[in-house]
Amino acid sequence: MAIDRQAKVLEAESWGDYHLLRVGSPAVGRDARPGQFVMVKACETTVPLLRRPLSLHDAGPSTVDLFFRTAGEGTRVLSRKRPGETLDLLGPLGKGYTLSGRLKGRKTWLVGGGRGIAPLYFLGRELLALGAKVAVLYGGRSRDDLPLVDEFESAGLAVLPSTDDGSLGFHGLVSELLRRELGRGRADRLYACGPDAMMKAVAGLADAAGIPAEYSLEAMMGCGIGACWGCVHRIRDVSGDGWVKICEEGPVFPGERVVWEGSPR
Amino acid sequence: MTDLAVDLGFLRLRNPVLTASGTFGYGLEFEPYLGLERLGGVVVKGLYFEPREGNPPPRLVETPSGLINAIGLQGVGVRAFAEKVLPRLRGRGTAVIVNACGADDDEYLRVVEFLDREEGIAAYELNISCPNVKKDGMCPALFPGPTHDLVKRLKAVSRRPVITKLSPNVTDIVEIAQAAAEAGTDAVALVNTFLAMAVDIETRRPRLANTFGGLSGPAIRPLAVRMVYQVASRVRVPVIGMGGIMTGADALEFMVAGASAVEVGTANFVDPDAAARIVGEISAWCEARGVDRVRDLVGTVRTD
Repeated sequence: MAIDRQAKVLEAESWGDYHLLRVGSPAVGRDARPGQFVMVKACETTVPLLRRPLSLHDAGPSTVDLFFRTAGEGTRVLSRKRPGETLDLLGPLGKGYTLSGRLKGRKTWLVGGGRGIAPLYFLGRELLALGAKVAVLYGGRSRDDLPLVDEFESAGLAVLPSTDDGSLGFHGLVSELLRRELGRGRADRLYACGPDAMMKAVAGLADAAGIPAEYSLEAMMGCGIGACWGCVHRIRDVSGDGWVKICEEGPVFPGERVVWEGSPR
Repeated sequence: MTDLAVDLGFLRLRNPVLTASGTFGYGLEFEPYLGLERLGGVVVKGLYFEPREGNPPPRLVETPSGLINAIGLQGVGVRAFAEKVLPRLRGRGTAVIVNACGADDDEYLRVVEFLDREEGIAAYELNISCPNVKKDGMCPALFPGPTHDLVKRLKAVSRRPVITKLSPNVTDIVEIAQAAAEAGTDAVALVNTFLAMAVDIETRRPRLANTFGGLSGPAIRPLAVRMVYQVASRVRVPVIGMGGIMTGADALEFMVAGASAVEVGTANFVDPDAAARIVGEISAWCEARGVDRVRDLVGTVRTD
């Protein structure tokens, strides 16, 4: 992990509230793995005070791509960045998705909702390179929430879109789309990222079908390096369950370790 | 070359910059970003005797120039600290100060008695002022009587110096500092966080699961400077100042107001190398102004 205080924005693209920045940063990009994240500081003032955690949408030897949705002041400042301006990046941080074991010829499903699609592009590209078959279940409220369909398809990743209002693809929640797909077959592995409620529904289906799954969790993060103990989620361990720091032990956890809110412990 | 060493009487620090408890983990988390030997000292995250689970999330909310936290002192307990963390902190060339917690007076005593058997600890900082572990921010540091009694009992058993960390959530912090001084505390550290609350107007719910939390960051700095000034000018024990220090200039403001040393807190979250950067900024400021010894600046504020 590195601190790159002068990472230059190379490209900036926006679709309504969604934004994609390509940032030059060999220090962060070269060691990055799918599922890892960076802590981004967009300005020198104290409002907003903290860095923002953003998962890596993609990374290369000299660049990182960040995909995010405007949610508050921090992401608003980031969304106004133009090529030539700089960002202060801390990363890559956390533990990403598991890409070990035999993947060649295996069928994988990537399930993402809204801005939660961000890390699945990087993951999908790596899985393809390892010879896996990849289908991306990409959900949102309406077609405006699915700006990256073309980008995934250009990379050779098959996309199954779903929208709550039926404006694009399957009409319903992405978890309902997963249920339909499970009626037609199964995958060898599932990887997901999105809001807890979506992932809880996905986990219920994946567990019932016996598909090994990994989930990238999200929480308000203070530091990203395990110092503040702010970003906890309920996680199972051999000795029981407790509040575990997402930034340090995650953000990606195997399904059997995650205790979803409202689930019996 | 400015001499950055400061003297707390019971403890000489290579420079005035410590890290505030709860913002620097157990120190080791920061090793990829700064050499611990560059700091005056490290105050580790609060330790109860047993491991502690902490509060449910959300535990953090950001406010203008500030951060409200309600972590609830989640931690590994003294045994795991002594076995796994302390051996790795020893010999790093920085003072290790343990922030000691307790659900009641007896637990504080058990923490200190247990750690007194371990080597490599320079002092204890008594955390009698965390606002997030009891209902409505209740803690001993809100009252002079309980503060006095607890400090007195701990001083009677501890083989090490005791720093008492005070709460700003009181009518008169001088009265509490005085109570700690009369009970024999070797220094006071102030301030802990301000009891605070943020509400989501859409859901009409508090933004923290704990409802209340403690506000830190630059938003509280002028309040903290005022309290450090009041305590330093009226209580005869060394003062360690903290509250929203982000730069060397901020640290020097506390020192001029009366602090013998400072703790850097929330800044560690923004920049993991902030504490070391602040040491460098203090040094550069002193060099530029021909200050030979940074300790000569302590309490030099002019109010005449």
